[in-house]
Amino acid sequence: MLERIAVASITGAAKILTGAQCQWIGCGPRDAQRIYFANHSSHLDFVLLWSALPPALRKSTRPVAAADYWFQGTIRRFLMRQVFHAVPVERDTGRNGAGTHLLQPVSLQPMLDALDEGSSLIIFPEGTRGSGEEVQPFRSGIFHLAKDRPDVELVPVWIENCYRVMPKGSLLPVPLLCTVRFGTPTKLGREERRPDFLDRLKKAVEELRNL
Amino acid sequence: MIGTRQGWMVLGGVLTVLAIASLIGYAMSLRVRDDASRKVVENLNARIKAWWVMVVVLAGALMTGPKPTIVLFGLISLVALREFLTLTPTRKADHFALLMSFFVVLPSQYGLVWTAWYGVFTIFVPVYVFLLLPAFTIISDDATKNFLQRTSETQWALTICVYCISHVPALLMLTIPGHDPAMLIVFLLVVAESSDVLQYVWGKLAGRHKIAPHVSPSKTVEGFAGGVLSATALGTCLWWMTPFHPWQAALYSFLIAMTGFLGGLVMSAIKRDRGVKDWGHLIEGHGGMLDRLDSICFAAPIFFHLTRFFFSTT
Repeated sequence: MLERIAVASITGAAKILTGAQCQWIGCGPRDAQRIYFANHSSHLDFVLLWSALPPALRKSTRPVAAADYWFQGTIRRFLMRQVFHAVPVERDTGRNGAGTHLLQPVSLQPMLDALDEGSSLIIFPEGTRGSGEEVQPFRSGIFHLAKDRPDVELVPVWIENCYRVMPKGSLLPVPLLCTVRFGTPTKLGREERRPDFLDRLKKAVEELRNL
Repeated sequence: MIGTRQGWMVLGGVLTVLAIASLIGYAMSLRVRDDASRKVVENLNARIKAWWVMVVVLAGALMTGPKPTIVLFGLISLVALREFLTLTPTRKADHFALLMSFFVVLPSQYGLVWTAWYGVFTIFVPVYVFLLLPAFTIISDDATKNFLQRTSETQWALTICVYCISHVPALLMLTIPGHDPAMLIVFLLVVAESSDVLQYVWGKLAGRHKIAPHVSPSKTVEGFAGGVLSATALGTCLWWMTPFHPWQAALYSFLIAMTGFLGGLVMSAIKRDRGVKDWGHLIEGHGGMLDRLDSICFAAPIFFHLTRFFFSTT
């Protein structure tokens, strides 16, 4: 009961706040097993993407969320577990030799498990929120998911304007209109190397930006 | 409010026109053969359907009283403002200005209409917001990239969507002995919107020469002249619901239609500049709220001030 009220009020609020315009450009809202991968610039991103899906698909689509943020605190944990059925991942928040954050999932196992249960996933391969101006290089997690579960469709998604509604570091959202665009599903090519694949996926997301 | 005989007469007239339009639209939908004209007719029917909703909502608010009317236009401003700001490329540094625009400037402006505080109502946005918003933006985040462009865009958005539109319910502030100011709102909306519709109809029927091909390929000289003149004629026939003599009603209608046309032109230029065809998707067949209101944005403040100057005792 409480979960259903939460779902209705969250999707309703997302629609009122952002208009939640949804454009299926490269594919329809089909009940295939998919990994939706999108640009990431705001905490609202996954709420918006998730709300944009038809209710039937929402049930089987789980956002992947950082355990170090989204599974802290009672309300967040309730929302993540009971409402969004999010897949928690531990992030490696250490730094590499060059001093930049790694932000790689420590283990892909929770995501693979979720896929094996038949769920679709929502992931943000940039690893963390960006400024909204440039899409940052994709982390390699999605490559391994694509390699280990080659039957799953990879659907690029562009979330427009979300960073202006609620940029990093702001507590209050402004009610600007947002659009969620779904592109053409793709898969890992047979001989495709990791950097090429990650680059191709990033480009697929960026192409949706300029429509 | 307009639960008066005059009010019912106008509403009856508008609903009759809509009923006739719906019948014509239905007849046309039966006769179309090719795909191109089917698209036009479908869009026409969607527009007519949306008009029913808009008329019912507006009439409902106007009949309930001044306060619902003010609240309704406050909400209309809110929708218009988000459409406008969605198309302006603000940066993260503008988040404060955006928050202020939505949660402080807009409610304050309508609060001033609510309390009928004319003196502050007219200068709040053009003086205080104009000067202080950019200043606070700098204080909240000292990013100067494209500063002038960003602030101008936010100020255009506020001026058009909040300041200008608030002049519609502001007509309720006017005191004209023996007249209900709500009827001025009806007069303004009927003349401005019928001018839009008549320009569309004249353009479709007789349009040959494009008036501003770069800005709006659908606007023609014939549509403009036919629309403005027939809207003026219509407004003149409605003199009995206003404090005006027929010749004054003619002048005011002409003014509303002309400023409305200019508003449509300027707002189209902004859309072109931002590379979009419509402001949004809110109203089926019409596009966004601003696509329907572009003429009102320009007509309302000018109509307000000229009516106040010549007719109001306050």
